[in-house]
Amino acid sequence: MTQQAPPSVEEPREERPAWLERIAPSNVDWTTVVVIPLLAVLSALIIGAVIIVLTDGFGAVIPAYSALFRGAFAGWNSISETLLVATPLILAGLSVAVGFQAGLFNIGAEGQMTIGGLTAVIVGFSFEGLPWVVHLPLAVLAGFLGGALWGFIPGVLRAKTGAHEVITTIMLNFIAYRTLDYMLKLPFIQKEGRFDPVSEDVLASARFPRILDWLPVENASRLRLHLGFIVALVVAWLIYWLLYRSTIGFEFRAVGANPNAAKYGGIGVATVIIAVMALAGGLSGMAGANETLGVVGRGVPGFTAQIGFDAIALALLGRSHPGGVVLSAILFGALRAGGRAMQAQSDVGIDLIVVIQALIIVFIAAPELIKAVYRVKGGEKQAQVTRGWST
Amino acid sequence: MKLELRNVTKRFPGVIANDSVDMTIESGEILGLLGENGAGKTTLMNILYGLYSADEGEIVIDGTVRHFSDPGDAIDAGIGMVHQHFMLVPVFTVTENVVLGVEPTKQPVGTIDMKEARQEVEEISRKYGLFVDPEAVVEDLPVGVQQRIEIIKVLFRDAEIIVFDEPTAVLTPQEVEEFFKIVNGLKEAGKGIIFITHKLGEVLDVADRIAVLRRGKVVGEADPKNATKEQLAELMVGRPVDLVVDKEKAQPGEVVLSVSELLVRDERQHTAVDHVSFEVRSGEIVGIAGVQGNGQTELVEALTGLIDPLGGHVELNGVDVTLATPRAMHDADVAHIPEDRQRLGLVLAFDVAENLVLDSYYAQPYSHGIRMDWDYAHRHADELIEQYDIRTPSSRTNVGKLSGGNQQKLIVAREFARETKLIIASQPTRGIDVGSIEYIHGRIVEERDDGAAVLIVSSELDEILALADRILVMFRGKIVAEVPGAEATPSQLGLYMAGSVA
Repeated sequence: MTQQAPPSVEEPREERPAWLERIAPSNVDWTTVVVIPLLAVLSALIIGAVIIVLTDGFGAVIPAYSALFRGAFAGWNSISETLLVATPLILAGLSVAVGFQAGLFNIGAEGQMTIGGLTAVIVGFSFEGLPWVVHLPLAVLAGFLGGALWGFIPGVLRAKTGAHEVITTIMLNFIAYRTLDYMLKLPFIQKEGRFDPVSEDVLASARFPRILDWLPVENASRLRLHLGFIVALVVAWLIYWLLYRSTIGFEFRAVGANPNAAKYGGIGVATVIIAVMALAGGLSGMAGANETLGVVGRGVPGFTAQIGFDAIALALLGRSHPGGVVLSAILFGALRAGGRAMQAQSDVGIDLIVVIQALIIVFIAAPELIKAVYRVKGGEKQAQVTRGWST
Repeated sequence: MKLELRNVTKRFPGVIANDSVDMTIESGEILGLLGENGAGKTTLMNILYGLYSADEGEIVIDGTVRHFSDPGDAIDAGIGMVHQHFMLVPVFTVTENVVLGVEPTKQPVGTIDMKEARQEVEEISRKYGLFVDPEAVVEDLPVGVQQRIEIIKVLFRDAEIIVFDEPTAVLTPQEVEEFFKIVNGLKEAGKGIIFITHKLGEVLDVADRIAVLRRGKVVGEADPKNATKEQLAELMVGRPVDLVVDKEKAQPGEVVLSVSELLVRDERQHTAVDHVSFEVRSGEIVGIAGVQGNGQTELVEALTGLIDPLGGHVELNGVDVTLATPRAMHDADVAHIPEDRQRLGLVLAFDVAENLVLDSYYAQPYSHGIRMDWDYAHRHADELIEQYDIRTPSSRTNVGKLSGGNQQKLIVAREFARETKLIIASQPTRGIDVGSIEYIHGRIVEERDDGAAVLIVSSELDEILALADRILVMFRGKIVAEVPGAEATPSQLGLYMAGSVA
């Protein structure tokens, strides 16, 4: 070829520095990734305000929302509570996000948290006398492995038999709940002298230490934020690295985006599906461990408190990106922590928070609606989060 | 009916897709609309069909200016469109598909009058020689027949002007001939036809007039009676194009690929490849001709490790690779250009650099351990973009945004950029423009001359005849004939492809 035809569509070659590409890739659709989620949150808050008006009158909106905001961000105690609530959401959100990236819809974060929290507790109250630098990581690892087992099962079922993970993970949630109830009454787990299902207390050496109690502020000892938050941030970074900087993540994302092409590229699709589900389960297991080794300090029925379902919502909001998951988890944490203050200080109940969270997800799921309302142009026509029922 | 497009201009951000296009079509004639991918053919037709509105210019029908705000308006005005990708409900019957949306109803409660619908479908089918069973379920029908259902749909809605968007891209050579008969029948029945294509031979065969679009403009009109392929190609691409592949006589060397008694079943457990044996030597191009669906897909998938054969042996340079994985075949320097680039060859949501390492990401120099070296991958991508003339804004552009020709060049770049001992190329130039075809054919011959063994599978006879040193014809899973490339003629191959065994 000596002569070249001119391109039919002329676009200048872009030259961007590598560091800029790394933090703001040029092939990212910013409308979908940033604009729509922000507008979705805004819309949900507006409709939330309308609901307050309808139930408590015009005068209630400002006091309620300002209590919400103060409860979430004003002062160290509020920030501590926001981040404390956000911590398990980050880990469980990463769990769902990793699944989405590989085209798998992990609805089993609840069950994986339950089992992970349970295995972490068992390790946490056993092994008396270990130093905390050994005991705590060991208990967290136990949580990871317990959750990973609970993710591995639907992974194998999907990879080997084609059983859809949505069905199997939902069912495994129920099994996990009842397994927890049963295990908590076993003699070696149940707290001595108790007849209700409560586990032994986690030893101090396996509890997440608080990280803000050194602050020179009043009541610093009441700041409950613990090391789990830092762990969650580190894990989020690791997952980011895994997904975007490693060969393993390349395989995950390739399987998620086009399993046929992944197979063509020599990727073992079945292995990836199993690995992804196990990793997702492990992350949820860590979220469970965060609960049982953190604030609660023991295993109780239903300690997961629907966090595994909120995780699905915030993984969608965060566009399945670890950074987005962290930000969404903090937003949800703020809504929860602020919601408690709102309930205490105004007439509006915390149930409104559930409605707002649900509305956010409805708007995220209907980007065309947001685009029409706010006259936003661009964005992908459909942001597909997961493949259909059959592959 | 006379349809005119006057001075139609359509701009997209950064691009003028149509630039002051004038075009006329009348009842009883076939207008061939020729242009490369991205020349603006589809945009123009979408304006005509009411899917886009033009920024400037107007659509005039029989002297009156018309405005179409959606396809419904266009259909009411007598314009019908047969899309490249069919819009049919697979589990519905032919009749149900045809009447969908405009069902004839029965009083008093408006139930669908399937009997009348069926009669009408039958009548259209007979009148235009379409031979479609109104009761057949669409998913059981071959692609050629599905296209005829689309034609019936358009006729059922009383179209006077029918637009065909790349109608032959999905058809076998026999189906193409059938299709041309149908189109001529429609013309004789007084319909006006706009036939969009980038295949030069087809417009010359079937069109009454040819309009050529390049970069959004009508750059010329031609009379098929005295135009040549070379002239049309030059108009389309904007420079002289070499339509004949230059190649020296092959110098076959050692046997690289040896296939014996290969037996492959398809997903439905039907025998797709039936005890096939052949060899490919280094320095030669072996072409497998055949109508689509005679086992070529399964043969290629078995050879490249995507599916496991049930019996027989495959040897690569004397090593048994019958049950090798795709990764093992890749590591053995086998390049694979897959039949369906969007399904198998590319991850459309990934960028150019990611797709360029799709099958080699796991090894040095693209990764170290499990750490990907994306900086290297992007530098490597920039080199290949330059070297293989892939038209993309950057190595970070998602591949889904590239034209078909550039997507295919990307695959060729990925597969040829490394050492290759064996190249298995399936439909290497399907649905891409003349300029890219010329380029890819040239690269394949170069690889052969560098000593690679090449196996080409194509349902386009022209491609097989242009490239292959030796031609095997596949029919119903068997190899029914072997012909030296230099001696083969289209009519002889056509006979073998239709199953008349030598």
